[in-house]
Amino acid sequence: MTRIDTLLDNKGTPLDKQVFTWRELAGKPISKLDDDAFTRVRVILMNGVESDALRLKHFGARFHKELQLPLAQIRRAEQHQMTSINWLLSADHSPLETTVAYEQVAIEVTAAVAQNEPDPYQAQTYRFGLLEDFDHLYRYAAMLDRLEGKDANNILQGYTDLVPGRPTSEHHRAPGDDLRDNYEKDNAALITKIHAALITGAEYQTHDYYMNIGPLFADPVARALYAEIASVEEQHVTQYGSLQDPAETFMEKWLVHEAMEVYTYASCAEQEENPRLKALWERYVDYELGHLNLACELFKKYERRDPAEVLAGPLPRMIEFKSQRDFVRETLSREIDLRAHGIDYVPKEREARPSLDYRAQLNSEGVPANVVSAGYTFKPGTEINEVGEQQ
Amino acid sequence: MSEPQVIIGTNRTGVQTSPQDTARQLEATRMFAADVPGDMSNYTAERERAIREADLIGSVPAPATTKGVVKTALDKTIGKAPEVLIDKLGERLAFERTGVRLYEAMVAKATSAPGASPALVDTLRQIQAEELEHMNIVREAIETLGGDPTAMTPCADVAGVKAMGVLQVLTDPRTTVSQSMSAILTIELEDNAAWELLIELAQKGGHPLIAKRFKHALEQEETHLATVRQFIRKDLLEQVS
Repeated sequence: MTRIDTLLDNKGTPLDKQVFTWRELAGKPISKLDDDAFTRVRVILMNGVESDALRLKHFGARFHKELQLPLAQIRRAEQHQMTSINWLLSADHSPLETTVAYEQVAIEVTAAVAQNEPDPYQAQTYRFGLLEDFDHLYRYAAMLDRLEGKDANNILQGYTDLVPGRPTSEHHRAPGDDLRDNYEKDNAALITKIHAALITGAEYQTHDYYMNIGPLFADPVARALYAEIASVEEQHVTQYGSLQDPAETFMEKWLVHEAMEVYTYASCAEQEENPRLKALWERYVDYELGHLNLACELFKKYERRDPAEVLAGPLPRMIEFKSQRDFVRETLSREIDLRAHGIDYVPKEREARPSLDYRAQLNSEGVPANVVSAGYTFKPGTEINEVGEQQ
Repeated sequence: MSEPQVIIGTNRTGVQTSPQDTARQLEATRMFAADVPGDMSNYTAERERAIREADLIGSVPAPATTKGVVKTALDKTIGKAPEVLIDKLGERLAFERTGVRLYEAMVAKATSAPGASPALVDTLRQIQAEELEHMNIVREAIETLGGDPTAMTPCADVAGVKAMGVLQVLTDPRTTVSQSMSAILTIELEDNAAWELLIELAQKGGHPLIAKRFKHALEQEETHLATVRQFIRKDLLEQVS
């Protein structure tokens, strides 16, 4: 199944039929060399989605005694879904190579979302964040080359450009300039809610990943770069998280999240080339439909409302997993000098004092992103490959 | 050879897989040039600054006896800076101990991976037994010198970091016998050089009997290296003939 007409018409797999074995949780990984880069993009994205599914449900459980058991039951399935997905990454990916893949996810998926998003302000926010993740990719690619002697394009497979975006040194903003205006739950399209949940989850896992692997590096420049970019990812979580309507109840957010999971797995299933993974995505579409239906039942029981109030309408167009090069370049050309002032996007000259001061302090002893990428120009086969220049 | 160890397939990592995309990536580098002046030397300068400011990884533990070193009937001198020898002995012990585990992983590979060679298993088991023997020789030497063989010395710690890549290669179920033996070669090459140095160090430190026992280990390590080299050579030549 790769097409779903309406979310509520499909019951999916009942929770008690969502079973696993240890062997399948830690199954065979994908091939770093032979699988398509977008297969890895989907693996990383869905790990982030499941990670956020656990996160949201844990917070919900802290506020709702009556929901603790069903949330724990669904989380158990999601924990195991997440494991089976994250363990698809093969051990020959160095943490830095996986980082390059994470940034490819951030760029290609955020660019797809930005084009699919009907709310202009929300779309602008995705484009704003996109240019920062795009720059992170360039800095990490420089580090992969200069630290490990590897070509980032072995991971990217030609889909994503490797050039500077909005400079990382200028991403550092005061918290007040990272908050955004939120959608209004009663007026927003379902896809707008889904996008906010999806991109927040994706950025959250990127933040957590950098925080976990940063200290694994011996190289002082690498440790510093992860510290710097992890800080920006925290800003991104702040930014995207604030796109959601705080007036939504926990259960409304839960319904949106489950709908997002169905939608994202369905997008993966629709476009996956690796037959083993396609079957996995299809299986998990059905699992998520099971979760969604259970959440809907609980919503009716406890909030005494119709889930269609939150989830009305057909499932939107699938996320397009493909190179968004032209869109990214266009955004880069037009919006590289945009900055944030409160919830507004303004020209560079109108940035406010709090962010300028905050940045000046952090950058006052040097900027890791600048150190790692000084004079760096991507070349196939790495910058020391003379043949690459003639490609 | 029951199944090939190297195959031609859909490797997508190189530019020849997507020449049009590569052309566009290079076009992008012309449209959006590097924005920070400098070069690799900026990176190196930052490393140098950090090195100058860094602490050491750690220290060699103080010997258990108050005099510092137990003077046995066999090795009466303590030598200058005995902590250097203790550190390197700790390294050798850790290396040989990890070596026992690496060979265990290699045995699994030799029985089951593409290029599996059951005949190799007996050889691997013998080498593994000798690595264990070497570990015990080093343990006894550390005890003789009053050191704690269970402590992780700085060089032992660094040896563990170095071995991580080899461990990853050997334990990845997807690697072939040939790839794994190549990882083993890295270990054996270092092992040979390290035993040579250790013997010299023990002699210089005034421990001739320890040095003598180490010579026995070195002779065995030389055989290990020759065996591994010969296997890799034969295996690769068979694949192309």
